[in-house]
Amino acid sequence: MKNLILILLLTASTISLASEKLELDSADIDLSDNKSLERGAKHYVTYCLGCHSIQHIRYLRIALDLDIDEKKMLKDIAPEGAGIYDKLQTAMNAHDARKWFGIQPPDLSLIARSRGADWLYSYLKGFYTDSSKPLGVNNIIFPDVGMPNVLWQLQGEQKPVYKTVEGKPALEKLVLAEKGTLSEKEFDQTVNDLVNFLVYVGEPMQLERQKMGKFVIFFILMFLTIAYLLKKEYWKDIH
Amino acid sequence: MKPSRFTAVGNWILDRFPLTNLWNDHMAHYYAPKNLNFWYFFGSLALLVLVNQFLTGILLTMNYKPDATLAFDSVEYIMRDVNWGWLVRYMHSTGASAFFIVVYLHMFRGMLYGSFKQPRELIWIFGMFIFVALMAEAFMGYLLPWGQMSYWGAQVIISLFSAIPVIGDELALWIRGDYVVSDATLNRFFAFHVISVPLVLVLLVLLHLIALHESGSNNPDGIEIKEHEDENGFPVDGIPLHPYYTVKDIVGVGVFLLFFATVIFYMPEMGGYFLEHANFIPADPMKTPEHIAPVWYFTPFYAILRAIPDKFAGVVGMGGAIVVLFLLPWLDRSPVKSIRYRGGIYKKALLLFVISFLALGYLGTQPATPLATTFARIFTAIYFGFFLLMPLYTRWEKTKPLPERLTDHPSLEDRIPALLETFDEITHVVPVQTESGTATRRKLNPEGLARVLGRLAINLKKKFD
Repeated sequence: MKNLILILLLTASTISLASEKLELDSADIDLSDNKSLERGAKHYVTYCLGCHSIQHIRYLRIALDLDIDEKKMLKDIAPEGAGIYDKLQTAMNAHDARKWFGIQPPDLSLIARSRGADWLYSYLKGFYTDSSKPLGVNNIIFPDVGMPNVLWQLQGEQKPVYKTVEGKPALEKLVLAEKGTLSEKEFDQTVNDLVNFLVYVGEPMQLERQKMGKFVIFFILMFLTIAYLLKKEYWKDIH
Repeated sequence: MKPSRFTAVGNWILDRFPLTNLWNDHMAHYYAPKNLNFWYFFGSLALLVLVNQFLTGILLTMNYKPDATLAFDSVEYIMRDVNWGWLVRYMHSTGASAFFIVVYLHMFRGMLYGSFKQPRELIWIFGMFIFVALMAEAFMGYLLPWGQMSYWGAQVIISLFSAIPVIGDELALWIRGDYVVSDATLNRFFAFHVISVPLVLVLLVLLHLIALHESGSNNPDGIEIKEHEDENGFPVDGIPLHPYYTVKDIVGVGVFLLFFATVIFYMPEMGGYFLEHANFIPADPMKTPEHIAPVWYFTPFYAILRAIPDKFAGVVGMGGAIVVLFLLPWLDRSPVKSIRYRGGIYKKALLLFVISFLALGYLGTQPATPLATTFARIFTAIYFGFFLLMPLYTRWEKTKPLPERLTDHPSLEDRIPALLETFDEITHVVPVQTESGTATRRKLNPEGLARVLGRLAINLKKKFD
């Protein structure tokens, strides 16, 4: 018995050690913060929509969910020429995309569900200068990624700092080499809004789902109480 | 008195169809032992989940498109644009996992109380066929969302067939209908998932229930209630299924729904176990994911597959892990059914088996590092050891004398006062200083906790002897 417990403890500790990963920064996700989501939508259209579509949502749905006036949506957020019933389609066609980047940049409807908010947050902040790459940048979270740092003007330029691990250089951290138009705090806020928006887009009904859950669970509790009393009543003579 | 028109219609039907007999045989006059505990909820819960899967599944097919170019998008269409589509989809996806949880617990109940033993071998065999059909159903259903994990999971599992000598490659090709998993595979899997396998499942459930109602339910004491009958020929220790167990099972349903709704409304992905993260990326035949893991309910068997170095031997091992379950009624040589009257060896063996099953399940979700593989091999050996050594250790071990009649055990609700007392013992009330004065708060009492744990250890040790 003791040996068994020992074995189990060993398994648990060694296996968790085996899966060491890069530490991710945590994004501050608040889907009830409509202002943040609205800013995120605007940033998305400005910086991301050029290459990445979100084909599973329409401008109208965003406007309704985030409580944005439809006219304001078209004027301030949606790109010029987009209609309120349009999906968030990119203007770049697949042929050009393949010529420029080698692949078509993926649709980002579900990126927050496949990658997770923290990953996206760290990824968008994780670009650094690397002249050996075709686009001049690399990413600490997603090495050799084929995407340029579209937020470089806002963030500035990051340079890597290496440390030596077992004789080989390993990336330790990134430092800001040249300032961007935003301060570090403002930039973090911008990226966070963007990630917040992507989390919303990944599952637009999640607030509704959580709100409804309370009522459903309350109802089940009532049902359970009645069912339990009924069972007690029927079983009182069974010994 | 002239019967009302309503009664007349009823009588017209009853004269032509044995509804009364069916109701009496299987509900009102079907006698079940009166001491069934919470382990016996999982049979009726499995039926509930089956109905849930049918209803939500039918609704999903109304908007799902079994076409490789449309499938992924149609699922997202259901999630976003179909009214209540997200709820139906989450009920179906959570239902799949719930089905396996419920069925695994149902099978474990059988192993606890020897429900598979004579005269109920056939019930167990039908149940095992249900389990196999369920695995097929889940496997084919998992391809339908056409995400990366759907695609590559199917690719890996179907390629296992090609490990079979001589006919393997042809067989895998025949199953896929193509050289890789493709639109043809998706279409046939859809057909199997929504028509063939559900039909087989319903038939098997009927057989399972008919066989059960022929020999009658087993019980936690593992003795036959039919041996003591009253003057009317009803078992003295039995109570009619309806209304006693119908009202009791409704309580079980309530508790189950509480968990089920919590998952659906608050954690539908269940941390990537019920809906895998990589399955939110559309299937891409040109890009293999870094780490392919089947859904959690297949991972114990997947771990066994990977633990065995040779591919064909691995497939045989994985199949054997399921075949050996079919043989359980004949592997167990113990003269008693219930764990209550078995000796210590079976109890410890069963505990080891449960631990190895859970550990294999965990290892199956993890990448196969050399260390993980070593552990998977140890647990695979325990898994098979439990079954293959069973004829020996169940015959050797000394069993306890069986009671004449059903025994009284405290039920869960009877234990609530004792639980509250224990809670009182492991915590104590301490005054704490807050902004608005002093308040009292319950804090953990280490001394009490040590006492309780000590008692628990002694009790456990006694239980395992």
